Amino acid sequence: MYQPQFEAMDREGLQQLQVERLNTTLRRVYDNVAFYRASFDGAGVTPELRSIEDLAAFPFTLKDDLRSAYPYGMFAAPLSEIVRVHSSSGTTGQITVVGYTRNDIDMWADMMARTLACAGGTADDIVQVTYGYGLFTGGLGVHYGSERLGALTVPISGGNTKRQVQVLKDFGTTILACTPSYALLIAETAEEMGIDVKGLALKAGVFGAEPWSENMRRQIEAKLAVKAIDIYGLSEVLGPGVASECSEQNGLHVNEDHFLIEIVDSETLQPVPDGEYGEVVFTTISKEGIPVIRYRTRDISRIIPGECPCGRTFRRMERITGRSDDMIIIRGVNVFPSQIEQVLAGIEGVAPHYQVILGKRGSMDTVEVRVEVAQDTDFDEIRELEALQGRVRGEIQSALAVSIDVKLVEPKSIERSEGKAKRVVDMRAEQEGM
Amino acid sequence: MIEQLSVFLENKPGHLAEMTRTLADAGVNLRALMVADTADFGVVRIICDRPHRAKKVLDDAGFGASLTRVIAVEIPDRPGGLADVLEVLKEAQVNVEYAYAFVEPGAAAAVDIFKVDDARAPAVLEAAGMSVIGPEKLYEPDDSD
Repeated sequence: MYQPQFEAMDREGLQQLQVERLNTTLRRVYDNVAFYRASFDGAGVTPELRSIEDLAAFPFTLKDDLRSAYPYGMFAAPLSEIVRVHSSSGTTGQITVVGYTRNDIDMWADMMARTLACAGGTADDIVQVTYGYGLFTGGLGVHYGSERLGALTVPISGGNTKRQVQVLKDFGTTILACTPSYALLIAETAEEMGIDVKGLALKAGVFGAEPWSENMRRQIEAKLAVKAIDIYGLSEVLGPGVASECSEQNGLHVNEDHFLIEIVDSETLQPVPDGEYGEVVFTTISKEGIPVIRYRTRDISRIIPGECPCGRTFRRMERITGRSDDMIIIRGVNVFPSQIEQVLAGIEGVAPHYQVILGKRGSMDTVEVRVEVAQDTDFDEIRELEALQGRVRGEIQSALAVSIDVKLVEPKSIERSEGKAKRVVDMRAEQEGM
Repeated sequence: MIEQLSVFLENKPGHLAEMTRTLADAGVNLRALMVADTADFGVVRIICDRPHRAKKVLDDAGFGASLTRVIAVEIPDRPGGLADVLEVLKEAQVNVEYAYAFVEPGAAAAVDIFKVDDARAPAVLEAAGMSVIGPEKLYEPDDSD
């Protein structure tokens, strides 16, 4: 345990700490962020609580609220105190920007050091950070945590899988940090290169940024001979480091000394008791740059009741099983089908009718976008049809930042539905490991 | 120039059969058919007796079809028959995008279909003594049903 004084603190002391920090945060956002001042005033709530339960009276914050505050409108600290920004990995049109003060960066490093310690990490470890570095929170988030822990940090970033394998072997990496699907690709690539990963020093992996199944965990653990730890975070709340599994691998301990978790009923938006499923809502209680109050993540989960044998007293969130809206996650990137619609609407020769087929080739997500050719197309021109196909692929790829295949299909061949169209067919679970 | 039907088809089993059955059910008689394909889709080119009707039927059935103007030339059944035609086009610097041939039952000549990029081509061929045939020989030109 990296910070047992917090991670294993008694619940009563924790609640006291939470109320103090929450009140400071509420006051901070009320005084510094126009959005919160208006929203608190509108709901008739005052930024001073006696107990954590009182938070339920406060209004929610939505992704759209962050989006419309682009780029700095939600910051609760002057830009002179902000030392870094990141942004969400992918959204409908507008990205959201999050800012960190020096204290935020410091806290974040602690959170990620905790996460790596959850995976058994110590200063003796060699951590290969295969998450992307840049505006995405993954790379730098893990990087600072690894350095904070005192581990040897390899900032290799994503991509070039053969080099990843070579470094894994030559540098003696003991902990790998990447998306679960990339972990499997690394395993497969090592196999093709004739390198026996199981014989290497690698002992654990911290995997996140996309939902994955128990089945996939077993595959990763078997192929890489590691303990695979599920980690959770989102840029709006922090980035990686919001919650992490411990060695028990039964739910993710939420860092409750910095983040309050609520589970609310998706319909009524009322908090539900521990154990029941609902939408995950987070409130940050120590962040300065961009605190969020009751931020609706759209992720569906529940609190796992009971104590964890690991000794941490922070409550555990069950691994994410679904999203409450139609966002899909492809290779760690958030994608909204409406983005595809937007692209198609701007291209002549195709109808805005499409379907996204998600599959698995080996361990990697595959995406095929089926697009209807407009009825008045000149079908004799194969080269033009191929050029159209290439153009659609290129434009969708640049809008989504994910590589995809495009298949042109006949006019009217995509099933029309009344009401909500079935835009996404997700075959990944069936094809996993094929 | 005659009208050829060009139909867009996804590569999937039974699809060509489905399309030709749709035409058959509408009483359309096919004279020639050529499939050009890519990795992901195919384009079927068809000479038939009632191209306008065929297009309408296919549109209604949800296929993607268009009419394309191509040249039909009768080619004598002897070695060099096709080469002679192509040489005339070459002299006139007419580029041939694609070509295919079919034989009418009982005929002494084959019919070759050319898609070219130059509207002068029929006149060039006729001036060279080639037998360019019009729609009346192949289908009902004023087909409006």
